[in-house]
Amino acid sequence: MTSGSHLLPATRNALALQLLAIADDEFVIGSSDSEWTGIAPILEEDVAMSSISQDEIGHARAFYELLAELVADGRDADAIAYDRPATGYYHARLLDHPRGDWAQTIARRYLYDTADAIRLEALAGSSWAPLAALVGKVRREERYHLMHATTWLERLAGADGEPRQRLLDALERLGPDAGTVLTPLPSETALLMADITSGSGAELESRWRAAIAPTFERLSLPLPPPTRSPESARSEHSTAFRELHEAFTSVRLIDPEAVW
Amino acid sequence: MIKAQQAARSASESAGSSSPALSAIRSAIGEVPDPELPIVTIDELGILGRVRRTTGGDGVRVELHPTFVACPATDMIRASVQARLGEIAPSLAADVVLVFDPPWTSDRISAGGRAKLAAAGIAPPLAADPAGLIALDAVVPCPMCGSPRTGLENLFGPTLCRTIHWCPDCRQPFEAIKTV
Repeated sequence: MTSGSHLLPATRNALALQLLAIADDEFVIGSSDSEWTGIAPILEEDVAMSSISQDEIGHARAFYELLAELVADGRDADAIAYDRPATGYYHARLLDHPRGDWAQTIARRYLYDTADAIRLEALAGSSWAPLAALVGKVRREERYHLMHATTWLERLAGADGEPRQRLLDALERLGPDAGTVLTPLPSETALLMADITSGSGAELESRWRAAIAPTFERLSLPLPPPTRSPESARSEHSTAFRELHEAFTSVRLIDPEAVW
Repeated sequence: MIKAQQAARSASESAGSSSPALSAIRSAIGEVPDPELPIVTIDELGILGRVRRTTGGDGVRVELHPTFVACPATDMIRASVQARLGEIAPSLAADVVLVFDPPWTSDRISAGGRAKLAAAGIAPPLAADPAGLIALDAVVPCPMCGSPRTGLENLFGPTLCRTIHWCPDCRQPFEAIKTV
């Protein structure tokens, strides 16, 4: 069912890159945010951030499984998730930042969840049925993540003093990389021609900026500036990511047979 | 449990030989309890989807609709269904697959399942909105006293499919199944 044997090779390669981008995004933000388990500011947020991270890693697994069946090169979801060097991951640079303090985690979740929602909307009617089905399911769950991030963004932005200042500092660090989630993939033309996605990266980015503008204006927050170095949006990873990679591959290195 | 055994027995009786009727297979595996909410079955939760013979008739294919993509109980449910099939139809090759089309939504929970959840103090989900997404600001009535004055405490609860609420009339927290 998920075989891509009827796809042209160029389309299949483009689809594989799109699946890898989404899966790595979900996997990296889920792994990074899961660091809050046990140490979140309050117990309720410990539960919430742990659940959100669990969702994201589960979404990553589902996208890696689609990718594994599509490319059929003998690797399963675990092999794709864990058996690459840090330089081989294809997540957006926004997710290269460490989770930072709570304000940075919330700012990144808001920026990511809003961009991801736009990306998933464009894939919901995908001509490749297995992707359309998974995206339909994932979108229902992501809506809860966005509501959580929005609630916290409003709370931090509306609090005078340190909370708002920390949020502003986080947005300054993350802002130039926020658009990387939607930076066009090199294979974008093939995806558009095969109706696998309904929008170019440029269209999706302008849709995303329009979608977040009212919230940023209402909260008097600076909108993310144009994307810095879009040509390396998904390459050249940070020291923070290399440390995260070392942590999330450590069990696999000890015991390759361990399961999710 | 007795009901499950009866279903299993009738499945093997109706088989006559080695091929129980599909309806009997379905009702037997439908009795598998949800590992995280054992008061309800996978049939009542709408996790059990199509059950059909595979081409050639020498196997049975069972479709399961995971409630949440990341639900850690999914593997356990799949194994339980596989085990139940082994009991009632050992000669059939079983193919238990996870499907997302159509996606599981909380609208798939049966009326009987909703009643059992409410009786256990877990508020059943509200109707998913017409767009098929989630009604986020709707009031969830208290499953104990029916109060509409409840408040959302946490969008995330003890499992991925539950939220946490507060009832000011009972002065108690309660859980609800996420409307999704």
